[in-house]
Amino acid sequence: MFSYIVRRLVAAVFLILAVSLITFMIFFLVPRLAGASADDLAVRYVGKTAGAEQIHQQAVKMGFTDPLYVQYGHFLKGLVVGADYDTGVGIDHCSAPCLGYSYQSQTPVLPELLDRLPVTLSLALGAGVIWLVSGVTVGVISALRRGTVFDRSAMTVALAGVSLPIFFTASLSLVLFSYTLHIFPAGGSYTPITENPAQWAYDLTLPWVTLSFLFAAGYARLTRAGMLETMGEDYVRTARAKGLPERTVVTKHALRSTLTPVLTIFGLDLGVLLGGAVLTETAFSLPGLGSYAIQAIDRNDLPKLLGVTMLIAIFVILANLVVDVLYAVVDPRVRLG
Amino acid sequence: MTEILGESTGRVEQDHRRARGPFLEVKDLKIHFPTDDGLVKSVDGLNFTLERGKTLGIVGESGSGKSVSSLGIMGLNGTNARTSGEIWLDGDELVGSSADFVRQLRGRKMAMIFQDPLSSMHPYYKVGAQIVEAYRLYNNVSKKQARQHAIDLLGRVGIPEPASRVDAYPHQFSGGMRQRAMIAMALACDPELLIADEPTTALDVTVQAEILDLIRDLQREFGSAVIMITHDLGVIAELADDVLVMYAGKAVEHASAQDIFKRPEHPYTWGLLSSMPRMDRARQERLIPVTGTPPSLIHLPPGCSFNPRCPYCPLTDGRSLTEVPELLQTRPGEAHFVACHLPTSRRKQIWSEEVEPKL
Repeated sequence: MFSYIVRRLVAAVFLILAVSLITFMIFFLVPRLAGASADDLAVRYVGKTAGAEQIHQQAVKMGFTDPLYVQYGHFLKGLVVGADYDTGVGIDHCSAPCLGYSYQSQTPVLPELLDRLPVTLSLALGAGVIWLVSGVTVGVISALRRGTVFDRSAMTVALAGVSLPIFFTASLSLVLFSYTLHIFPAGGSYTPITENPAQWAYDLTLPWVTLSFLFAAGYARLTRAGMLETMGEDYVRTARAKGLPERTVVTKHALRSTLTPVLTIFGLDLGVLLGGAVLTETAFSLPGLGSYAIQAIDRNDLPKLLGVTMLIAIFVILANLVVDVLYAVVDPRVRLG
Repeated sequence: MTEILGESTGRVEQDHRRARGPFLEVKDLKIHFPTDDGLVKSVDGLNFTLERGKTLGIVGESGSGKSVSSLGIMGLNGTNARTSGEIWLDGDELVGSSADFVRQLRGRKMAMIFQDPLSSMHPYYKVGAQIVEAYRLYNNVSKKQARQHAIDLLGRVGIPEPASRVDAYPHQFSGGMRQRAMIAMALACDPELLIADEPTTALDVTVQAEILDLIRDLQREFGSAVIMITHDLGVIAELADDVLVMYAGKAVEHASAQDIFKRPEHPYTWGLLSSMPRMDRARQERLIPVTGTPPSLIHLPPGCSFNPRCPYCPLTDGRSLTEVPELLQTRPGEAHFVACHLPTSRRKQIWSEEVEPKL
């Protein structure tokens, strides 16, 4: 197990490098292929009144005139030892690991990302717990009471849940619970958990519920289908034949097998969300990684976008690793190697 | 005071029945399943009794109702099944009892060995843990004691190095080992009735014999009643005291094992015997199968369910096509029952002149 994890981690490093290379290419090579010169890339970093000479100087300063592999080399070097960026009014140091430097806001990218990470972490983990618990609970009850009113209505709601886009449910919940009923705070409210845990949870309730509604719906359907299949398994019949009470048969024997695929998907969903729940953060104006990425796109701030992409890649890869290891822990037939 | 009196009178009555009545008695058992295509009559009027220490073999093709009957005794047919009739187990009637009452008899009073031990054991739990779970349900012992009991049981059913195998998972066992572990699990609480549903079907022949020996030895040791469900007459010959031949949800012949092999009277039993390979006779050209296929349990043929496949159907003057034969005693004083319209004398004649010589 240990050597497996080490090997996977080493592979993860190479995978992240590959992701960085591809992202780098998309941001810096594709414009060139599309016919943009180094000077075109530099235009947005100088004032509107700048002449061609000034623009070219800026392009040289930012390294856009260097061959692409040199630029990528600088980026990698920055990751390992840090880098210095000439802002025009002085030298800004970006300490290792330097994930890039935004000339627009004149800040290194990584500290900004780390600054916003707690918001996204709070949103994703909180919603994750809610949708996992509620989705699985509803799915199990639906499966055990197949065809009843509960099952039918739960599955109808679930269908609505997976079909409704989050910007719709988010707006609806804001209008209803915040602006009309005044039960929950308006969008943009966020209190760090370190300051006031109760306020933190209160502020995040609407985003959590909205985000988890979407996922809980899918999880309820997945759990229901898995549970229906598992309840027909021979080993569930064996558990009953032993004389176990139905509650034990369901929770200990049937649910255990049903949860394996659910947990797998949970890990992957969570990994993606940790890189920023773009729509939810935007709808509720939460200062997380998702809204950060949207701002970066709006302003064409390539270094920031590259940084966010790298972070998402790291989360997804780590989530995959955790899921694979967990799978082996849950199912003894799975061998890691 | 009255409460105590009432309770003790009840117990006396129950003890009386326990002492007098058979250990297991099934009366007119019917198990039907409503489906979209119609009512499936999996078991349709089954009667038999079984005493402690005895083995009843139930034979028949797939879909004849063997497994459904035994699952019915265990109360494991699910909520979709419509069960009627009576099942008396050691003084308790099970069909009319609450699900929870029957549940508490499972494992302790009656236990079942299933056909496919790989799919019948939970893949995520260790073999030992699955036995411990069954044992601790009815025995208030520590985990350590229960584990020791599991090791003892595994040793008893012939698993080598039980102390280390107790921590293995089902997929780490071979087929035969898994079936032994399954038997150990069923025996965890010393059940008085053991139902084995095709326990050897998934195993190779050498292992089959070992498992059958094991069941026989354990039965001698514990004095339990055994129901052996199989489509293999060889297994019946090995183990059974009495045999129930089932066809399309009904018993067509019920007799001692001796009679079933030496003096069978139902054409379907003849068919089963003719299709069984035998080493003790001269090898003939080929085995004679029972022609045709088992009938649909929703639309049974009118009259005798076996009539479309029965070569002797024309000899009954059409009665087989219209009238359902009853399971009747062949001769007064003999525990040999057959459901066939052919006259007893004619059946004896056909068996000794036509069927037996070809076996």
